[in-house]
Amino acid sequence: MVEITIRKRPRSEAVVTQRKFFKKTARGKVIKVLRERYLRDDVGCGIQSCQECTESCTPQANHLVMSGPDHGLFPDGHFLLPDTNVFLSQMDLLESPLFRPPIILLQTVIEEVRHRSLPLYNRLKALMAMDEKSIWVFYNEYRSETAVIREENETPNDRNDRGIRKAAAWYTTHLNTNVRGKAPKKPPTIVLLTEDAANRQKAEKDGLVTLSVRKYVEAMNDASQLLDLLASESEEIEPTRAASGKQFLYDEYLPSATLIGGVKAGQLHQGHFNANQYNYLEGSVSVPAFSKPVLLIGRENMNRATNGDIVVVEVFPEDEWKAPADEVVDQDSTLKNDDVESGDEDDGEDLVARVESKVVEYEKRDAEKQPTGKVVGVIKRLWRPYVCHIDSTSLTSSNATSLSVQTVFATPVSRLLPRIRMRTRQAPSLIGQKILVSIDRWDVTSRYPEGHFVRALGKVESKEAEQESLLLEFDVPYRPFGKAILDCLPKEGEQWVVPQKSDASPEWRDRQDLRDLNICSIDPPGCQDIDDALHARLLPNGNIEAGVHIADVSHFVHADTPMDNEAASRGTTVYLVDKRIDMLPALLGTNLCSLRPFVERLAFSAIWEMTPDADIVNVRFTKSVIASKAAFTYEEAQIRKDDANQKDALTEGIRLLNTIAIKLKAKRMAAGALNLASPEVKIHLDSSESSDPIDVEQKEMRETNSLVEEFMLLANISVAQKIQETFPQTAVLRRHMPPPKTNFEKLQDILMKRKGLALDVSSSGALAASLDKCLDPTEPAFNTLVRIMATRCMLSAEYFCSGSVARDTFGHYGLASPIYTHFTSPIRRYADVLAHRQLSAAIGYSPLHPSLHSKPHVERILGVVNKRHRMAQMAGRASVEFYVGLALKGREERVQKSGAGAVTEEAFVIRTFRNGLGVFVSSLGIEGLVMFKKDLQFDAENYTLSIPKPGSADLVAISVFDKVTVRIEVEKDKNTQRGRVKMTLLSPVDSKDM
Amino acid sequence: MGSRIEILNEAGFRSDGRRQFELRDLTIDLSKHGEADGSALISHGLTQVLVSVYGPREAKMRSHTFHDRANINVEVVVASFSTGERRKRQRGDKRVLEFAATIKSTFEPVIRTNLYPRSQIDIYVQVLQQDGSTLQTCINAATLALMNAGIPMTDFTLEENDIPHVTVAVMPKTKKVVLVTMETRLHVDRFEEILNLARDAGAILHQEMKEAILARSANISVP
Repeated sequence: MVEITIRKRPRSEAVVTQRKFFKKTARGKVIKVLRERYLRDDVGCGIQSCQECTESCTPQANHLVMSGPDHGLFPDGHFLLPDTNVFLSQMDLLESPLFRPPIILLQTVIEEVRHRSLPLYNRLKALMAMDEKSIWVFYNEYRSETAVIREENETPNDRNDRGIRKAAAWYTTHLNTNVRGKAPKKPPTIVLLTEDAANRQKAEKDGLVTLSVRKYVEAMNDASQLLDLLASESEEIEPTRAASGKQFLYDEYLPSATLIGGVKAGQLHQGHFNANQYNYLEGSVSVPAFSKPVLLIGRENMNRATNGDIVVVEVFPEDEWKAPADEVVDQDSTLKNDDVESGDEDDGEDLVARVESKVVEYEKRDAEKQPTGKVVGVIKRLWRPYVCHIDSTSLTSSNATSLSVQTVFATPVSRLLPRIRMRTRQAPSLIGQKILVSIDRWDVTSRYPEGHFVRALGKVESKEAEQESLLLEFDVPYRPFGKAILDCLPKEGEQWVVPQKSDASPEWRDRQDLRDLNICSIDPPGCQDIDDALHARLLPNGNIEAGVHIADVSHFVHADTPMDNEAASRGTTVYLVDKRIDMLPALLGTNLCSLRPFVERLAFSAIWEMTPDADIVNVRFTKSVIASKAAFTYEEAQIRKDDANQKDALTEGIRLLNTIAIKLKAKRMAAGALNLASPEVKIHLDSSESSDPIDVEQKEMRETNSLVEEFMLLANISVAQKIQETFPQTAVLRRHMPPPKTNFEKLQDILMKRKGLALDVSSSGALAASLDKCLDPTEPAFNTLVRIMATRCMLSAEYFCSGSVARDTFGHYGLASPIYTHFTSPIRRYADVLAHRQLSAAIGYSPLHPSLHSKPHVERILGVVNKRHRMAQMAGRASVEFYVGLALKGREERVQKSGAGAVTEEAFVIRTFRNGLGVFVSSLGIEGLVMFKKDLQFDAENYTLSIPKPGSADLVAISVFDKVTVRIEVEKDKNTQRGRVKMTLLSPVDSKDM
Repeated sequence: MGSRIEILNEAGFRSDGRRQFELRDLTIDLSKHGEADGSALISHGLTQVLVSVYGPREAKMRSHTFHDRANINVEVVVASFSTGERRKRQRGDKRVLEFAATIKSTFEPVIRTNLYPRSQIDIYVQVLQQDGSTLQTCINAATLALMNAGIPMTDFTLEENDIPHVTVAVMPKTKKVVLVTMETRLHVDRFEEILNLARDAGAILHQEMKEAILARSANISVP
C-alpha cells in the first residue's frame, strides 16, 4: 500500500500554484475556471548519468543515454529537445528507424500536439511506446523551476514556446552541474530543435543552442536518406512569405466559421468525399439532405479533396445538376505529358485541359440526374502515408546516379488518389520500387498535392514489398508484438499443459471434464489456429446431444492487460494468401488455445439437447477441458462420412452432426435466410517456401463445410440470446441491417430489361425466393452472377452494443435470425473474446470486468473492431487479386511457350460504359475492364454497347449479362512499373485494335 | 481509458501535478469568528468552507425543543460566487436542503445531545468556494467548529472522497463509519477497495486536524 500524504501548496505563491482561464461553454457562455497546480522538485530529468535525479519518482524505465559523437556539430554528445512544430510537421522523420538521437519530450509539447491534431498525437504516443526509440517525457509543467505562467497579452502559443525555452535552459544548467561529458569533460549539449525562426532568435538571445530540423539533419552522418523524409513545407515558417505570382488553379476554402454556420443553416452540406475509381475527374459526397450523393465533376469542383476527407460542399441550383459520367477516364493515360517541375502552366496543359473539358461536357440525361456541387471547405483531412510508385517519365535528370534534388511524380497504387509531387535526392534508386509517400499540403496554386518520401518498401512485385504495401494501404497493424504484450503469456511457454485434475488448481475450478467425449475439429487444410471442435452423441431418451467447443481464449487474455489492449486495437487476424497477421501472439493462437488433437485443452462449450428433428430442448454453456480426438480437413471428414465401412464412434458422430446440420439449414432457409455468393477463389501455391502461385481455382463447397457452418451459427445465436438476456445494455452483438430498397433499383432494372426477371426485395425471404428463380437454362453460372451482384447491393454486417440501438434493429438480415453475435472464433476475432467474457459472467464463472459494463467503452471498442474487420477483408481480397495477377502471368508465359497465343477466359459483362465494358471472370474471381479507344454507340437505357465488326459495317450489340470471351494479359505500365491486368475482347468481336 | 481526459497520465501524475495518493492541500484556521461560539475555516484545495457553531442555547422556537436532548439545526448557504458559473441558489433549494440533512444525520450520533435537554445547537455552514469534495470539507469543518465551541462529542468525524465520488465519514477512534454517500455508478467489486482507501485517507486527515486542534488548545491554555 502506498502511503497517502497531503501535498502542501504554499499559499503565498498563489500566482504560480493557481491557473486561471476563461472557458466558453457549449451554450456560448463564458465562465472563469480556476485550477490548482502543485509544483514539485522530484520530476526527474531522465538522463542516465545524472547525479541529482537518481531516485526520480517518474516510473519510466528507459533512461536516456547520451548520444555518441555521431553528429558533426556536437562531438561531445547531445540531447534533442524538439518543440511542437517539429512533431506537427516532421513526424515521419522522427518515426524513421534511422533517426535515433536521445529526445527529451516536454509535457508542454505533448499537450500542444494533442490539442492541435489527434491523429498526430496518437502517432506520438505510439512513438513513445517504441522500444528502439529513446524518448524521455519531462513533465516540465510540474517541476517548480520550469513551470511557466501565461503573462498578460501573451498568446498560448507564445507561452508554450517560452515554456519550452525555459525547460531547455533548465536542462542546460542542470547538465552543467550534474552530468559530465565523455572525453573532454564537457557536458553534453541540449539542442532546441524548432522550425520557428522567431523562436530560434529568442532562444539564441537566451544563450541556448538551437537549430532547424533541416540544419540538424544535414549535419548527421546518414543525412541523404533522412533529408527526403523532411516534410516539404519545412522551408521554414518565415514571418513574411513572398506571395507567389502563380496562377490560382483552385478556389480558396471558406473560413471554418462560415463552413460550420453554413452546414448548420442547411446551405452547405458535410460528408465524406468518395473519389470515383473509374473516373479520376469525378467524385461524390453522400450527405443526409439528399437521397443521392452529391456529384462533384471536374478538378475545380473537387477542389483538392482527397478520398476519405470530410468535406463541406455547396450544391448548385437544380438546373445545373448532371448525371454521372458513363465513361472511363484513366489518370495515367490522360496525364502522361504533364510536367512536374514547373508543372502547371505549360504546353501539356492545353491538351490536358481539352481532354478534361471534353470529359466534363456530356449530355444531361434527365433520369439519372444527381445533385451536383463543389467542395468549399475541408473539415478534416484523412491524409496518411500512401503506397506509391515513382513515375519514371517525370524524372528530369537522366543521370542514373545523380543525387541532386529533383521533383518527381509519385503515383499512388490506389486509383482513388491523385498523384503526388515530391522532391527527392534518391529518385534514380527509387524507380521500380514501392515507396511510401505522405501528403504535406495542397496549395491553391498547385494542381497536385505536395508530399515527401517516407520510406521504400522494396522492389515492385517482390512478395515482401507487395505484402507490406497491402498492409499499409489497409491500415493493418503488423508490427511484431512488444515485450509488454509477450509478458502476458503464460510463463511455461510451449510447455504449458492443462494441470492434473484437482480441486485446488485454478484451471479446474468450475470446469467440466469433457475429455472422454469424441470431439473432433473440421477445418480447411493447413489450419493452425483451431478455434472450434464438435461432438454429437445419442442420448438414452432418443434425443441427440450436440456440442460446440470453442477455444477458451478469455482464460489466457485477461481484460485490461497490454495483450488485451493490443488485441482490441488489432481487432482481427488478417489472412493474406501467404501470410497471416495474428491478433494474438502465436503461442496462444496456434498452440495453447488452438484445439489441437490428442492434447488436453481448455474450452468454452455450448451443449444442446435436441430432438431428432433438430428442435432444441435445452442449451447449456460451460467452461470445460476437452481432448480432441482428431483434426480433419473438410475433405477428410467428407470422405470418412461417406465411407460406409467406417463405423467408429467418431465417424458416427460426424454423421449425426451432418443429419442435424441438414435439418438446421432447412429451417434457416424456411425462415428466409439468404444464400449469398461471393467470388471466392483459392490460390495454389507451388510450395510453402517459394510461394509462387501455380494456379487459381474456385473454392469448393462440401457438405462438411455446411455442417461446421450450421453449428457455428447455432452456437452464435444461442450465445447471443444468453448474453443479451443477462446484459441488456452492453451485450456484444452482430447485426446485418436490411438494405434500403433503392440499392437494388439498378440491378432490378437490368434484370428486368435484359432477362425479364423480377427481383422481389420486400424481405430477405422474398429475395431468397426470387434469387432462386433467377435462372438462365442455357447458362448455369448466371444464377451465381446474380447472387454476387445482389450481395454487392447489401450493407455489410456490423458489431454493435445492445444498449445503443433500438431492440427492433438487432436482426441479422442475411441469416434471418432475430439476434446474432460472434462467439466461435476468439483466436482471430476480438468481438468473440468480448462475447466469451460476457458469457462467462452470464453463467457465473467469473465476474465481468467493469469496462464491459460501460456502454461507451463497448461502443468504442466495437467501432475499432468494425473498421479493422472491413479493412482485413479488403486486404485479404487485394492479396488474392495480387496473386491472381501473378498466376495469370505464370499462365501467360506457359501458354506463350506452348505457342497458343494468350490466356483466354469466359467472362460476363456486368457494367457498360460509353467506351468500355466491365466484365467479371468467374473462374478467376476477378473483375476487369475492356477499354475501347473511341466512343461507341451506347444505349444507356438498355445497357447495351454496339461494337462495329472489323472489316464490315455490321454492329454487334453487347449488353449486361452477356457472355463474352476475353483475352487476358498482364501488362506492365512503363512509367510506374505497376503490373496490371489488361483485358481485351476476343469474341464476339476481337477488340485488339480498338 | 474511458474519456479523453486522463485521470492519471503514464508517469502517474494527475492533471494538477499531484500523484495518485497525494491529497490536496489542507489549511485549517480555527481563529474566532464574530460572535460564534466556535468556528472553523477549512481550505481543501480550492474548496473553502466556513462553519460557525452557536450553542448549545435556548431554542428560538418552542416546537424545536426536545425534553431529553438538544436539537441540532444545520443551515447551509452556498455562496453564489463559489463556482465559476455564477449561480444563485434559493434558500429552499432541494439540493442544499439535502446537503444540510446529510450533515445533520452525520452529527446526530456523534454529539452527546442528551447532555443538553431543551436546547439547540446551530451549525451554520457557508460554502465560499467549490472545487470538488464540498460535502467532505463541510463535515470536517463542522467537526472542528463543534470542538472549537467546546461541545462534547464522542469522537471526531471526518471523511474523504475519491473518483467516482464516494464520500465516507468515519470516527477515527472507533473506526465506525457514520456516513457513506455515492452519486455515481461504481462496480460492486471496486467498492470495497475504494472504501478502504477512503478510510485510510481519513486517518491522514485526522492526523492533520488533530494537530490543528492541539495547536489551538495550546493557545488557549496560555491566556
